Amino acid sequence: MIKKEMIAMLLAGGQGSRLGVLTSDVAKPAVSFGGKYRIIDFPLSNCINSGVDTVGVLTQYQPLKLNTHIGIGIPWDLDRNIGGVSILPPYEKKNNSEWYTGTANAIYQNLKYMEYYNPEYVLILGGDHIYKMDYEVMLEFHKANNADVTIATIPVPMEEASRFGVVITDEKKRILEFEEKPPKPRSNLASMGIYIFTWKVLREALITLSEQPGCDFGKHIIPYCHERGDRIFAYEYNGYWKDVGTLGSYWESNMELIDLIPEFNLYEEFWKVYTKSDVIPPQYISGDAVIDRALIGEGSEIYGEVHNSVIGCGVYVGPGAVVRDSIIMNGSVIGDRTIVEKGVIAENCVIGTDCELGLGESAPNVEKPNVYCFDLVTVGEDSVVPDKVKIGKNTAISGGTTLDDYPSGVLRAGQNIIKAGDRT
Amino acid sequence: MRAIGIVLAGGNNNKMRELSNKRAIAAMPVAGSYRSIDFALSNMSNSHVQKVAVLTQYNSRSLNEHLSSSKWWDFGRKQGGLFLFNPTITADNSFWYRGTADAIYQNLTFLKNSHEPYVVIASGDCVYKLDYNKVLEYHIAKKADITVVCKKMAPEEDTSRFGLVKLDEDGRIQEFEEKPLATNASMISTGIYIIRRRQLIELLERANEEERYDFVKDILIRYKNVKRIYAYEMDSYWSNISTVESYYQTNMDFLNKGIRDYFFKEYPDVYSKIDDLPPAKFNQGAIAKNSLISSGCIINGVVENSVLFKKVYVGNNVTIKNSIVLNDVHIGDNTYIENCIIESRDTIRANATYVGENGKIKIVVEKNERYAL
Repeated sequence: MIKKEMIAMLLAGGQGSRLGVLTSDVAKPAVSFGGKYRIIDFPLSNCINSGVDTVGVLTQYQPLKLNTHIGIGIPWDLDRNIGGVSILPPYEKKNNSEWYTGTANAIYQNLKYMEYYNPEYVLILGGDHIYKMDYEVMLEFHKANNADVTIATIPVPMEEASRFGVVITDEKKRILEFEEKPPKPRSNLASMGIYIFTWKVLREALITLSEQPGCDFGKHIIPYCHERGDRIFAYEYNGYWKDVGTLGSYWESNMELIDLIPEFNLYEEFWKVYTKSDVIPPQYISGDAVIDRALIGEGSEIYGEVHNSVIGCGVYVGPGAVVRDSIIMNGSVIGDRTIVEKGVIAENCVIGTDCELGLGESAPNVEKPNVYCFDLVTVGEDSVVPDKVKIGKNTAISGGTTLDDYPSGVLRAGQNIIKAGDRT
Repeated sequence: MRAIGIVLAGGNNNKMRELSNKRAIAAMPVAGSYRSIDFALSNMSNSHVQKVAVLTQYNSRSLNEHLSSSKWWDFGRKQGGLFLFNPTITADNSFWYRGTADAIYQNLTFLKNSHEPYVVIASGDCVYKLDYNKVLEYHIAKKADITVVCKKMAPEEDTSRFGLVKLDEDGRIQEFEEKPLATNASMISTGIYIIRRRQLIELLERANEEERYDFVKDILIRYKNVKRIYAYEMDSYWSNISTVESYYQTNMDFLNKGIRDYFFKEYPDVYSKIDDLPPAKFNQGAIAKNSLISSGCIINGVVENSVLFKKVYVGNNVTIKNSIVLNDVHIGDNTYIENCIIESRDTIRANATYVGENGKIKIVVEKNERYAL
């Protein structure tokens, strides 16, 4: 007989459009982070470290890289005889075939998957945060309160609380009220989008609301449970938790890893973060290289200068190149004598020689000022930048660009060249 | 593939000095992120040899730990797999492995229960890449009984620790001398052999009856005029780790771009156990020049012309020159290290100095209490 106390459902289908060209060909959870990791490694590692060995990963948007990365779950010890990791894409049905239209709808479409494992509790996770959390402690809290639903929350500064969905609780942490992005917040406990449901409660709610268009946990399921009078509790998490949903926060949280003793420490023996390692060899630092505060992944070769940057695996930084305050992801090449400042260069890019990225005056992005900001230069996966071009701040490049794309060899601040991926 | 594999990993050599105290040579860390046996195992895997036995004897704890899962080399298969054979006492045998031939003889059932027609025998203490299929094709073309992979050494190299061969025009081995005192031969045996499985069983059974136990002396040399023993000449990089000097040099060879690219970038890859360590971290004041640095390292000081293995902590104001620092070493502040090999899991105190004088490599074994971290 198959029985799992708690299984996890990890929502990994979102595009993450606020990461701009970084997610034009990959789902947000598959975006690289911290040199060798991908964002989804954090919730997956949390699962196995918390003793949750059955994880359904719901995919929808651009799943190729995610599927390749997860495989059968070997890096996280999630290759199990019973349970382990399963990729759950939307599928065609006899009557109403549809995409996943909302977070709860996606879970609803996989009721059979959950039923198969006969769980007591279901843990709902997102794939867009960097954190280390013991879900088992949260489950104990859930059980101790005899709760129907437990929502993980984190205290945020009161002045920032209006950016979040906050919960108002009684002294026993039972939730009395919800407020979504309140102008005048009455509490600073923000929901982290992590829920533990008692399976029977979740199942009943999903079936009842199955006709709800775009059924969403925050908008529909939780309010439904609340109105019904279910016991909903707020579990307070105190630790590092970072949303990497925007280019600015993504860049910032990468930079924080470089601190002498970072708040989010990857070097602790306890609570290891696992990932699929394709590159094994050590990195090579040449005799002329200068490295001043950096994280550098396996197999990279550094001939130039690296200042305050996060460099992935298998990256090549040519002689005379200067990389400053930047993120260079796996397999990218920075040409000789090229300068990169505040660049976010996605995987397998080739940046030509004698280029200048991120220098000069700043100007807001003409197409998406809210996405491409913080003076970053963002280059999407597999892009090519020709030799000797100058690229300004708040710019985005995606695809194989040639010199013809750069009027007189310059991409002015705030301009984009999008030649690949979904042109959105 | 038409062959099974045997990796001889039982050996120890007192020329490895203190480094051999805690592990067999096959478990010696190499090139920052690997262990010596990874090269033979990766070659087996990349040559589609699916069934491989590793014969261990000398202090195999570290080796067993490294081989605790066979998935890293893709041997976790229903067809074939990785077999670890330590010496065991049986009803009719209570000896350790008395030699390389005896080691295989004591596991004769492995050979008898297989159905593949050929056997690739390799040792776990060599660093190289080789497609064993090419050797097998040569073996079949020459209608050889045994094929020995050989390598021509440059005249300046010291060949006294190898077996030397002389060939006729066809490539058949005419003379085979093990560690000769003086020789004019320059072709050495790399310790990699291909032989038909039934032939091997027959030779081993006969050797055992005659109480002969060494593969080189009692099979290759003894049968060289009776059997067709051929040399397959390999011309790519090959290095044998059996002395401190060769171990040091082999690691330093990886600072050479040509050799590094050959192993790290060219197809096929070399595989190793994955340790799940974070990327190397360089803090303020860190300087690295012409060095290999592995995952999990935290660098605060100066590293020059050196190879740092995994999880090395280099304290503030430390200088490391022309040295090899093995896995999981903590080096306290203000320490100076030159021409040394720092043994794994060492804790080096602050303000210490270790220098290998007169070009001699110093091996540092320091098991202090580790307070930091």
